[in-house]
Amino acid sequence: MHLMYFTEQPMKDYPVEAGNDIGFTSLLMSNKHFDPVVGSRLYNEFLENYVYAEEMGVDGIMLNEHHNAPFCMQAKANVFASLLAGVTNRVKIVLLGNPLPLTDNPVRLAEELAMIDMVSKGRLVSGFVRGGGQEQLATNANPAYNRERFQEAHDLIVKAWTVPGPFRWEGKHFHQRVVNPWALPLQQPHPRIWIPGVISHETIVWAAKHGYPYIALNTSIEDTKKIWERYDAAAAEAGYTPGSENRGYLIRCHVAETEEAALASARQFLWMDGEFTGRLKPVWASPSGYFSPSSRESFVNFVAGQSASPSRPRKTFEQQVADLQIIAGTPKQVVASLRKIMQETRPGIMAFWGNDGRMSQTDARTSIRLLGQEVMPALRESAKELDLKSPFEANMPVSRAWAEAHRAEAAE
Amino acid sequence: MASVEWKSSVVSAAGTDLHVTRGGEGQPVIILHRDIGTLDRLPFYDALAQNHEVVIPDHPGYGGSPRPEWVANVRDIALLQRALLGRLGLNQATLVGLGFGGWIAAEMATCAPSGTSRLVLVGAMGLKPPSGEILDQALVSYIEYVREGFHDVAAFERNYGKSLSTEQLVQWDLCREMSFRVAWKPYMYNDSLPYLLRGVQAESLIVWGDDDRIVPASVAALYAERLPHARRETIANAGHLVEMEQPEALARLIASFIAST
Repeated sequence: MHLMYFTEQPMKDYPVEAGNDIGFTSLLMSNKHFDPVVGSRLYNEFLENYVYAEEMGVDGIMLNEHHNAPFCMQAKANVFASLLAGVTNRVKIVLLGNPLPLTDNPVRLAEELAMIDMVSKGRLVSGFVRGGGQEQLATNANPAYNRERFQEAHDLIVKAWTVPGPFRWEGKHFHQRVVNPWALPLQQPHPRIWIPGVISHETIVWAAKHGYPYIALNTSIEDTKKIWERYDAAAAEAGYTPGSENRGYLIRCHVAETEEAALASARQFLWMDGEFTGRLKPVWASPSGYFSPSSRESFVNFVAGQSASPSRPRKTFEQQVADLQIIAGTPKQVVASLRKIMQETRPGIMAFWGNDGRMSQTDARTSIRLLGQEVMPALRESAKELDLKSPFEANMPVSRAWAEAHRAEAAE
Repeated sequence: MASVEWKSSVVSAAGTDLHVTRGGEGQPVIILHRDIGTLDRLPFYDALAQNHEVVIPDHPGYGGSPRPEWVANVRDIALLQRALLGRLGLNQATLVGLGFGGWIAAEMATCAPSGTSRLVLVGAMGLKPPSGEILDQALVSYIEYVREGFHDVAAFERNYGKSLSTEQLVQWDLCREMSFRVAWKPYMYNDSLPYLLRGVQAESLIVWGDDDRIVPASVAALYAERLPHARRETIANAGHLVEMEQPEALARLIASFIAST
C-alpha cells in the first residue's frame, strides 16, 4: 500500500467578497486579488507541511497544478517537485500530474522530469493529465485537440526517455528537429506513470491499455467500482489481469483529536460551494471538444446551464460524509471508514487530501501528524490483511509496452 | 413573397462530402454560413431566393457536412468551398459571407483573385481588429454568444423559438468544436489576409450591423481599405446576426448591389 499526502495549496486568504460579487472564483477572477505577500507565506507553509508529512511517515507527496484560481496556488507542479527533490529524503514525489496538452514542447517537460528524478535519486512518479477545461483556456491550449495533444506528448516524452537520441519527431501537434536531451531519468526504463481522473471513459481505457495505474479522484464508492469494471475490461482486452497495484484513490480526509473538531475543519472542503476547481461558469469547465463525444448530450445541457455537471453531482456536506466521500474524525473513526473504502474498492495507492479551504495551519499539521503516525500504520496492517499492494510492492512493470518488450527480449 | 422550394443534396468536393441546400432562380449567390452554423430555413434565404439562385453549403464539420479530420484552418475550408463551386459550375457566383463565413468568403476571393465577380461580407471575421476585439465565444455559453449577436434580444426568440432543444445545443457544440479546430489561435483572424486582399478584383460590399458586439466596426473599415473595389453599408437596428435581425433590409441591399455591378 502506498499512502500519500496531498493538498490543493489553497490561496486561503483571498478576499471572499470579491468572488461573491462576481459569482465565480476562477479563470476570469482578477489577479488583482492575489497578494504575493500572502502567497509567499503560504508557499513556505505548504513546503514546511510537506517536509513534516515526510517526518510523520507518509510514503509519498502528491502534487498537481491549476491556473488562474485561488483554489490551487500551484501553477507548475514541477516547481514544487523540484523543491521536494532537494528538501526531502525518502518520500516519493508523485505528480498527478503534468497537464500534457498545455505544453508546446514535451521534450522540455521530459528534461525537467528527468532532472527531478535525478536530483531526488529516483523518487519521481510522473503522472500525466489532460488538464481541466478551464486550464485549456487559461493557457490557450486548444480544447478540440486536448486528447490528441495528451497522447502525442506522452508518446514523445516516453520515447525521449527510452530511445537514445538524436532523433527527429514529426507528429501532428509537435515537431522537433532534434530530440536529444542530456538529462535522462535515473529510474529505468523510466519513472512510473500514473493517470488520475474522474469520469472520462477514454482516459480510463487508455490508462488500462498502457498498464498505468489509474487514480480515481474522490469518486463515490459506486462510481469507483464502475471505473474499475471499465479498467479491468480494457486490461483484459490488452491481455493482462490488473490488481490493486493498478488502482489508486484520492479521498478528502481530515483527522483531529475529537470528532467535533474534525468535522468542523472538514467543512472547509466545501469552501468553494463544494466545487473542486472553484466556482466557475460551466462553459469554462467543459469547452467544446474537451469532453468525450459520447457524453456530448449531457454536457451541452450542463454548459448551457440547463443541468447539473455530469461529472460532479452536487451533494451536501452531510451526504458526502455519509457516502464516505469526505472522511473526518478521530484516527480510530477515520481508519474504520477508510478500511471500508479499501475493502469495497481495493486500491493499492491512496492519497489523502488535506489542508483545504481556510483550515488553520495548526489544524492542517495536526491532521498530518495523526494521519502519518496513527492512521497510516493501521491502514498498512489492513492492506496486508486485504492483500493490497502498491505498484512498488508488486514490482509492477512501468508499462505494458515495456513488459512486452522485456518478455520478447527474455525469450531471445 | 412567393414560396421557395428548397432542395438538399450531398456534393463531393475534393473527395470531401458537403451538404448543400439550394432554392430560387436567377443569378447565383453562395451563402457562407456562420460559426454557429445555420438554421435550415431563414426568411433572409427566402427573400434572396425571390430573384436569385441561392446555394447554401454547410462548411466541412458544420451542420450536415461531416468533419474531415485533416481540415486544420480556415483556408482549408475556403479551398474546399472553392472546389465545390467548381463542381457546381458556379465559379462566378456572388459570395455572401456571414460573420465567420465572411472570413471564408474573403479567403475564397484571395484564392482566386481574378475569378470572383462579387464579394459581400457581413460582419466578417478574418482580420485582426485595428481597435477592439472579436468576442471570444470560448468564454461564454452557446446561448450567451448567440444572444450577444442580436441588437434586440427579441430577435433571438423570433429565430430560435422559446425553448432550445438539446439537438440545437448539440449542433452549436459541434460547430464550436470545429471553429476551435480551425480558428483557435490566433482567434478568428489570419495575419496574411490583409495583404492578399489587395489583389482581389471582385466588386465588394462590406455590410455591418450598427450594433455589432461580436466583430468591431474597425474590421469593416479595414476590409473596405484593403479591398480595391469596396463600398460600405451599415444596417440600422442590427447586431452581428444581421440576416436574422434585418433579413429584408439585407436581402434588398445585396439584390441592388448585384443588379448594379
